[in-house]
Amino acid sequence: MSIDIQGLYKRFGHFVALDGINLTIPAGQLVALLGPSGCGKTTLLRIIAGLETADRGQILFNGEDASRRQVQDRQVGFVFQHYALFQHMSVFENVAFGLRVRPRACRPSDAQIRDKVQTLLELVQLSWVANRYPSQLSGGQRQRIALARALAVEPQVLLLDEPFGALDTKVRKELRRWLRRLHDDLHITSVFVTHDQEEALEVADQIVVMNRGCIEQMGSPQEVYDAPATPFVYQFLGNINLFHSRVHAGWAKVGGLRVQVPEHDDAEYAPAMAYVRPHDIDVLREPEDGDTTLPATISRVSLLGSLVRLELTQAPSGEIAEVEMTRERYLADPLQAGDLVFVKPRQLRVFLYDNSRAGSPVPMRWSGDGDGI
Amino acid sequence: MNSSLHPGPASLANSEPPFIRRLLLAVALIFLTLFLFVPLAAVFYEALRKGVGVYLAAITDPYALDAIRLTLLSAAIAVPLNVIFGVSAAWAIAKFEFYGKSMLITLIDLPFAVSPVIAGLIYVLLFGAQGWLGPWLTGHGIKIIFAVPGIVLATVFVTVPFIARELIPLMQAQGTEEEEAAMVLGASGWLTFWRITLPNIKWGLLYGVVLCTARAMGEFGAVSVVSGHIRGLTNTLPLHVEILYNEYQFAATFACASLLTLLALVMLALKALIERHTLRQRRIAISGESI
Repeated sequence: MSIDIQGLYKRFGHFVALDGINLTIPAGQLVALLGPSGCGKTTLLRIIAGLETADRGQILFNGEDASRRQVQDRQVGFVFQHYALFQHMSVFENVAFGLRVRPRACRPSDAQIRDKVQTLLELVQLSWVANRYPSQLSGGQRQRIALARALAVEPQVLLLDEPFGALDTKVRKELRRWLRRLHDDLHITSVFVTHDQEEALEVADQIVVMNRGCIEQMGSPQEVYDAPATPFVYQFLGNINLFHSRVHAGWAKVGGLRVQVPEHDDAEYAPAMAYVRPHDIDVLREPEDGDTTLPATISRVSLLGSLVRLELTQAPSGEIAEVEMTRERYLADPLQAGDLVFVKPRQLRVFLYDNSRAGSPVPMRWSGDGDGI
Repeated sequence: MNSSLHPGPASLANSEPPFIRRLLLAVALIFLTLFLFVPLAAVFYEALRKGVGVYLAAITDPYALDAIRLTLLSAAIAVPLNVIFGVSAAWAIAKFEFYGKSMLITLIDLPFAVSPVIAGLIYVLLFGAQGWLGPWLTGHGIKIIFAVPGIVLATVFVTVPFIARELIPLMQAQGTEEEEAAMVLGASGWLTFWRITLPNIKWGLLYGVVLCTARAMGEFGAVSVVSGHIRGLTNTLPLHVEILYNEYQFAATFACASLLTLLALVMLALKALIERHTLRQRRIAISGESI
């Protein structure tokens, strides 16, 4: 089932949680709502479920307006961050609950319920805990039971609110891989909320990046990572190096470096920010001809398993930048702290100040002065 | 109110030198003996001093039986009313945000703060013959003060906080997620209350009911003001005890008092049982968390 969200607006007191959300969630996809805490992602999920009502705007399920449908009639499955299992019921009764509370006319028989619950428990690979109580299960097991419970009512949409947020890293990784496989088997339209970019990149078909009640970008994991639409998305997904820059007539200048930026052809001496990912920087021993490199000194080398991270100090200003490369590449020419090198950004994105709604950037790695223009 | 349910960490107390521990224990024991055990024993001793025959006669006296009946009746009305009020108020306070919430919490505590005698007087001022609604009530032949309705009203007033105060922190701690989960699964509000909310609060509710019942049956001050002490009609058990005492019928006094005491002991035993159960449940929950 596809979900259309049109002009959704929600305010709590003076806090605007959602500010004009327009979004289409295609049928059968696994979509991540990604953003920092307080960006409105959970509110959006709860409004889709019918647990909150929007102040303005519409929600369409398969093209039909569901905004006024009660939560009981929306046919959604909801998985809570803290599981919300019924503490006083056994695992079996938890999963059976949605079937047992159906009106008598469409309630399955006890035998049907037993079969259904058994099938679901097998699906989540926990058939052996049917008679236990939620308090006797581990966090990961509880969340799988919560998922089985949500699936028992055969929902049209599955909504998951930070489903792995309360679990430790190892279990979280296992579970999200497992969720992805489950989705590939069931193909039920699913939306999950997360603040963990790695989780979103790994699991989702589509990522919706949210910030301050607005959608910054929607796209496949590759799109949002490789072609971020806004500075916020750039900063939120992955590490970045930030350079103060100035753009004039299609050229951006960062320190002594000049880069062509055709998308800003008409800018005139406009202050801008240049974003470079740590793995999009080449480190050279010798300067290249022209102004494509910046001199820097290596201040620190950290070997992080398969990756090597270099911390560079830019020559005139003393600002710091981070570069990541594979271990093999590093070992081919092992640079040491104190070496003088020349950095060459392979890929660099420039955002003019006017366009950036992101406010003050978070991971400030290197603010080159940009005064050289 | 809930503090007795939370056994504090023992490690701090254990670090004190032994003589201080013994001293504290001795103080507590002496205090309990002087002010609780001795009077308690005295009640039963005095009640039975003139023999079992006198004891039985005192508690099967028609007036005594009427008093017992009235006491049970007012508790039987006050406790269910307070269950309904307590659950609704706790539900509203714990699960909704609304204007005047803190005011409501304060108001629920009012009967604890006000002297019961004042509570009784308020009802006399409202419903008495010279009260605000007195003429209207007399005109319609409704009698509240110096009658059973007044006693029930006074009892309800003094017992209002017990169940609500017990449930509010409990329901606040539990939050609304389980109810939301039930509703997403298709359960109506009514079904959600019976299948999810009630089972989750049942031990707290029972605890509140026990405390409320004990207080409803033992209430003296407020009831005394509105009762009028009409034997066989508006005398509750505590009032009956007072009348007997004023008439120097000590054996009968203590016999009836022993009934109230027994009631109190039964309620305490129930309370202890419930506490033990909730404690065990919590321990299971905690050990479950750590898996």
